[in-house]
Amino acid sequence: MSGALLQVDGLTAGYGAAPVLHDVNLTVQPGEIVAVLGANGAGKTTLLRTLSGLVKSAGGRVAFDGADLAGTKVEHLVRRGIAHVPEGRGVVTELTVDENLRLGGLWRRDRADAKKALDEVYELFPSLAQRRTFAGHQLSGGERQMLALGRALIGRPKLLLLDEPSLGLAPKVTAHIMTLLRDLRERTGLAVLLVEQNVRSALSIADEGVVLALGRVVTRNKASVLRDDADLRHAYLGF
Amino acid sequence: MDEFIYLTFDGLSRGLVYAAFALALVLIWRAARIVNFAQGAMAVAAVYAGYSVTNATGSYWLGFVVALLTGLLLGVVVERVVMRFVDHSSPLNGVVVALGLVLIIQGTLGIIYGNEFQPVQTPFSRDAFEVGGIALLSRYDLFVFAAVGSVVVILTLLFTRTAVGLRMRAAAFAPDVSRLLGVSVGGMLTLGWALAAGVGSLAGMLVVPTELGVHPTAMDIVFVSAFAAAVVGGLDSPIGAVIGGLIVGLLLSYVSGYVDVSVTPMAVLALLVVVLLGRPGGLFSSSKARVA
Repeated sequence: MSGALLQVDGLTAGYGAAPVLHDVNLTVQPGEIVAVLGANGAGKTTLLRTLSGLVKSAGGRVAFDGADLAGTKVEHLVRRGIAHVPEGRGVVTELTVDENLRLGGLWRRDRADAKKALDEVYELFPSLAQRRTFAGHQLSGGERQMLALGRALIGRPKLLLLDEPSLGLAPKVTAHIMTLLRDLRERTGLAVLLVEQNVRSALSIADEGVVLALGRVVTRNKASVLRDDADLRHAYLGF
Repeated sequence: MDEFIYLTFDGLSRGLVYAAFALALVLIWRAARIVNFAQGAMAVAAVYAGYSVTNATGSYWLGFVVALLTGLLLGVVVERVVMRFVDHSSPLNGVVVALGLVLIIQGTLGIIYGNEFQPVQTPFSRDAFEVGGIALLSRYDLFVFAAVGSVVVILTLLFTRTAVGLRMRAAAFAPDVSRLLGVSVGGMLTLGWALAAGVGSLAGMLVVPTELGVHPTAMDIVFVSAFAAAVVGGLDSPIGAVIGGLIVGLLLSYVSGYVDVSVTPMAVLALLVVVLLGRPGGLFSSSKARVA
């Protein structure tokens, strides 16, 4: 499929001798939200960490925006337009809210736009604006998630790799974040590869769903189809 | 009372040197989670480089600058060539490699310069001013105050006010997240080692002339005191390093003045035991923030 933003073909990866991912194929179109679903240990987080280079791939090909991602250093990923918000929110807890956000824009040459993006994040998350000088560890779980998301947006990415944004959050906060992702997609054309255990939330905003089980893709389909597939839900998603 | 005032100023002057040296240890600890036991030997190597230049040119200041630059460079080399390849799965690995470096550096310096103390000149007089008959402090002490004070101010500004400082802190606290945000964590690590070794060589330049002179092992005792200072302050805390350095300096000065010089190593040990019993993380540890 040409024109895909992210094209993953036959990706294999793991830690040491034991592979965690086997021959994973998936595609993310520009402006598309793709949910990666599956139980604990299915390889969801490893998939994201392999895409961003934190875990070395053992085979397969990853193309972003038409160019191979192999050999791209982790620290150059943001320059290509990929923002990865890791599991556990990735807020640097020792730094303040403002420092965390500025950190997200330090690599940018366009200082004026980095500053503008920072102001936009504060507009988007007024509760962060009130806590600029708070250290990361003083924030609530929801605020940390907003901070990590906001920080990613300062790089004006084309693709967001988002790992378990609902982890440990109240349903109301999760719903808020999901709505926000949908709005962002509509407003800026941001594509999202969303890893979630919270299947209902993820499928409520996703266009496509990819179901991983023991490191293999068992199903790829429209999110609306997956939502209604009772057998699949029972077999792999546990509800 | 006169003696007390004199000992206090003497202790502060020594304490500032320990503070600078402890600061160097803390910088590397924060960046790499290694206690750099080679800090003393690296500083001595830098002092020898400065000493050679001063002897050849007759200019103390040229030697001073060369010593600091040698320190920076040694920091880069040690990180890039040695420490980067140490497996950090066990904290002892870094320590053992650092101790190996000490042997190599001290041996090499001994071959080049000989294992004798060689007197080093000071840029300012070490004769203390007297105010109302009480010896307070010398021009050289003032130089030490100014030099260490400048380093503390410069480092504080670097870490809190600049983009590089923000990158360095982020890289130390959360390497993976920092890389995902475009920070060259490896580069920040090298920079941290360079800065630390530069500060360490400054401490060496300041302290060596006040002792017996330069010798391959000249910094060993200073290292012990500075390490104690860093641990007392909390290895994670730059402010702790400075306060810890002053505490150790004052303690050593009072003990050697009122008791005996030979008791000072025990005094440092006693201080360590008391602090570690009361606050195992050091006086200024921020380990709470890390846990949360």
